[in-house]
Amino acid sequence: MHELPITQHILEIVLRHAEAARATRVTDVYLVIGQLSSYVDESVQFYWDALARGTLAEGAQLHFEPVKAEVECQACGARSAWSQIAAGCPRCGDLRLKAVAGEEFYVRAIRVQEPDEVEESQR
Amino acid sequence: MSVRVISVLENILQANDQIAAENRARLDAAGVYAINLMSSPGAGKTALIEQTLRALAPQVRIGMINGDTTAASLDAERGAQAGAMAVHVNTGGNCHLEAHMVRQALAALDLSALDLLIVENVGNLVCPSGWDLGVHARVVMASVTEGDDKPYKYPAMYRVADALVLNKIDLLPYLPFNLDYYLQGVRLLKPDVQIFQVSCRTGEGIGAWADWLRAHIRSGQNA
Repeated sequence: MHELPITQHILEIVLRHAEAARATRVTDVYLVIGQLSSYVDESVQFYWDALARGTLAEGAQLHFEPVKAEVECQACGARSAWSQIAAGCPRCGDLRLKAVAGEEFYVRAIRVQEPDEVEESQR
Repeated sequence: MSVRVISVLENILQANDQIAAENRARLDAAGVYAINLMSSPGAGKTALIEQTLRALAPQVRIGMINGDTTAASLDAERGAQAGAMAVHVNTGGNCHLEAHMVRQALAALDLSALDLLIVENVGNLVCPSGWDLGVHARVVMASVTEGDDKPYKYPAMYRVADALVLNKIDLLPYLPFNLDYYLQGVRLLKPDVQIFQVSCRTGEGIGAWADWLRAHIRSGQNA
């Protein structure tokens, strides 16, 4: 359900950057999404297809780049998988584990088409 | 036609976070301490607000923003009946409050007549955790009838908690709820969280919760 407002935010960001670059079409969107953010890729793509209709980004393919959630032991510094959170550090057993990866949630890049004259004028 | 990859590197929730910062500045200017109260449906958010009003009003002037997925303003009415200045926000099916909804609700409140603002989020243990509303503290509420594994299953919510209110502790003798296991999970996710064990039915533990609020209202400091 909450993928709808999230997808609206993603579309706003993508269109703003595409328009600033004077792109004629957005073909791909690259999203970095950590495991600790609870978003379902298929839902975002579903809403995207509907919301992007009639915009520069219509038909653009979303690419999800997942980041595994990891914790770091505050006692010995060892990194381990998020699933250790209830069991403790696999090296020293300490329970003070802090999340160090998995909260990422941003638009990394977009791939756009632009008219050749723009490219030439930049040379 | 040429193809180019443009680097964006923009946080998806940036627009929300910006409005949240404006909300916080507005509350600070008016000297209002605000909390975002989040829980699953039925944990007792509205009952906690009623108890809080009983403990703090009228010395502390309390306002309430109540988010619900429909136009039915049952909770806001309960708050108003208990003496709060209450505004109902219909999220239109949205499963959480966002900063712009709180901005609209703030416009409907006389902030100069308030000391404490309680934002009652939509009952949901997942979605509200990611959205900064511009309050000073995020309070997660849970009840022992939900089970002792909730911190492990909903880490995103428990990780943002500045304070945790565990409700319905009068039912502990009747439930297979392992309090140690539950609290261990809570502290793993947020070691410095303030924990209040209460019963909104009997009033047990409400005094400590009210004291915590009073201290923050007086000092005007963040949790």
